[in-house]
Amino acid sequence: MHVAPAPLIELGDIRKSYNIGQPTEAEVLHGLSFRVERGEFVALIGPSGSGKSTLLNIVGLLERTTAGSYRVLGEEMSGMDDAGLTLRRRTTLGFVFQFHHLLPAFSALENVTLPGLMREGRVSSRLLERARALLTAVGLGQAMDKRPGELSGGMQQRVAIARALVLEPPLVLADEPTGNLDRASSDEVFALLRDMHAKLDTSFIVVTHDPRLAARCDRVIELVDGRIERDEAVVAAAPHSEATRRNVPMGHARGCS
Amino acid sequence: MLDVLGFERRVAVRFLREGRMQSLLIIVGVAAGVAVVAYISALISGLQSNTLEKTLGAQAHVTLRALDDVVTPALAPAPGMDVLAQTQPRAQRPRSIGNWQAMVPLLEALPAVAAVSPMVSGAGLAVRGEATKSIALMGVDLDRYDRIVHLRSKVIAGQARLGPGESVIGRELADDLGLRVGDRFSLVTGTVTESLRVTALVDLGVRDLNRRTVIVPLRAAQSLLGLPGGATTLDLALVDVWAAQALTDELERRYPYKVESWQEANAQLVSALNAQSVSTALIRGVVMIVVVLGIASVLVVSVVQKRREIGILRAMGATQGQVLRVFLLQGAIVGAIGSTLGVLLAALLVWLFSTFVRGSDGLPLFTIALAPGLALRIAALATLCGVLAAVAPARRAAALDPAQAIRM
Repeated sequence: MHVAPAPLIELGDIRKSYNIGQPTEAEVLHGLSFRVERGEFVALIGPSGSGKSTLLNIVGLLERTTAGSYRVLGEEMSGMDDAGLTLRRRTTLGFVFQFHHLLPAFSALENVTLPGLMREGRVSSRLLERARALLTAVGLGQAMDKRPGELSGGMQQRVAIARALVLEPPLVLADEPTGNLDRASSDEVFALLRDMHAKLDTSFIVVTHDPRLAARCDRVIELVDGRIERDEAVVAAAPHSEATRRNVPMGHARGCS
Repeated sequence: MLDVLGFERRVAVRFLREGRMQSLLIIVGVAAGVAVVAYISALISGLQSNTLEKTLGAQAHVTLRALDDVVTPALAPAPGMDVLAQTQPRAQRPRSIGNWQAMVPLLEALPAVAAVSPMVSGAGLAVRGEATKSIALMGVDLDRYDRIVHLRSKVIAGQARLGPGESVIGRELADDLGLRVGDRFSLVTGTVTESLRVTALVDLGVRDLNRRTVIVPLRAAQSLLGLPGGATTLDLALVDVWAAQALTDELERRYPYKVESWQEANAQLVSALNAQSVSTALIRGVVMIVVVLGIASVLVVSVVQKRREIGILRAMGATQGQVLRVFLLQGAIVGAIGSTLGVLLAALLVWLFSTFVRGSDGLPLFTIALAPGLALRIAALATLCGVLAAVAPARRAAALDPAQAIRM
């Protein structure tokens, strides 16, 4: 296990306001501070309108803070220009969205190789091999050449998970990854996230409405009205988590357990 | 090198294939526009070069004549004195260009001049039996004159030869007088009558000319028109026909002769050609603008439709430049495919025109061809137009806020 000198991400008194300078100006995040270390699996919960998605967008470098400090691997992000943020997104982050958000014109395999293609301008055989392995690992070995339109919601979400992981980013952000799925698929997809977490040296932050799922994470941060209401480790989730960790095939294991 | 734009290329092609109907329509639109531009360009340049060839093939590019006779006022009016006078213009008699023998080598030495031919021209009557026809008499040196109007290529019967007592006449005149090659007729001017033998019939391309033209040796015309040793005009053929006006101005400045370019002699034709060129350029410009607007509107719609996908790409780490290039590339691809099809379509139209549009004589009206250089230029221009058309939509796509685009 390697020890990172700086925390993976570190938020210091983050504030976010919309419509600044207009009559409708509103602050949605009122000074949040927390850090996430490498290898953590964090649930971000809270009622609608509590600022979960805004916080996730800020952590995902898709939105800027209005005030406060946000460091990724020790590097300050506030005040960085669009090109810089884009580059950090590319190297540090993977995204899984609620509505799958695959590109409909590309096959499952092509969707998974897209981040690599974007970075290198071509699909190397190494990238292709890794994408195939990931798709097989998420149980889509037989559906690689299908378009997203030909896949069920749960399958699409698995493709999205494979895509988020293909470049082995240190942090994956999932915005209600199971919010659009029925209960069975939802459990499957969540189990898959835990499984991938066990195999890879990747941290996860998962936004969810579902207390059942939150209970299966290692740590829960609860947001209410733009403030952190609760930030604590989950105790009861351990058995599931331990079981998953013991049973994984170790092909992609990177020594995070 | 193969990796250059690998990401942008793949995404652009997929986006175009995804919006199949839109892409197809706009490519057909570009093809139609390019076909119109290419076909009209070929047609007009064919028409113009044909017209010029016909016009300039039968006349000199520049002609020199003696200055007109003018009336010299007998008395210069003193200041403050009113003169009531009416001046009768002088009748213009046939006059020789002074010193023309010396002028010929001088003109020939000019780099712009391809050939110089002296001519004695005047009016006369051709008589055979009961028939009398008024004719235009031209005395020339056959070899020199041939270099101006390519007379030999216009011979339709006999062999052009201008020995003493020989002549070449227009085909309609031969019909009117019942003449065949080898026959004789009489040529009458005011004072002299001479018997001439026909060595060849020519078709000068204009019926009226064919009905009036009698070409004789220079010396015979000199004696028939009473201008011994003289020449009424010097005809010049130029290397570049478009240099005629400049040369005319220069010669006019330098020598005391009346100099006329083919543009001045055919002012109406020149202005018609100019009007044609201007309207062609206008049509081409308008069509190109329509093409640009068409591509732009399709891409604007496509950017709106693909907001979310653009957002995902940006979230995954696509730079603004990459998104920009994806859409610029789409414009270029649409432009390139459309213009390739358009050029092929234009080639088909040109072929149809050459094959099926015929004059009353069953021959093609004139030859048109789509020059490869022109086709390539138009295709390159259309591709460039595609890129230009994509600039505004591409900038819009690149400027999309990824967080907002994903939330859609």
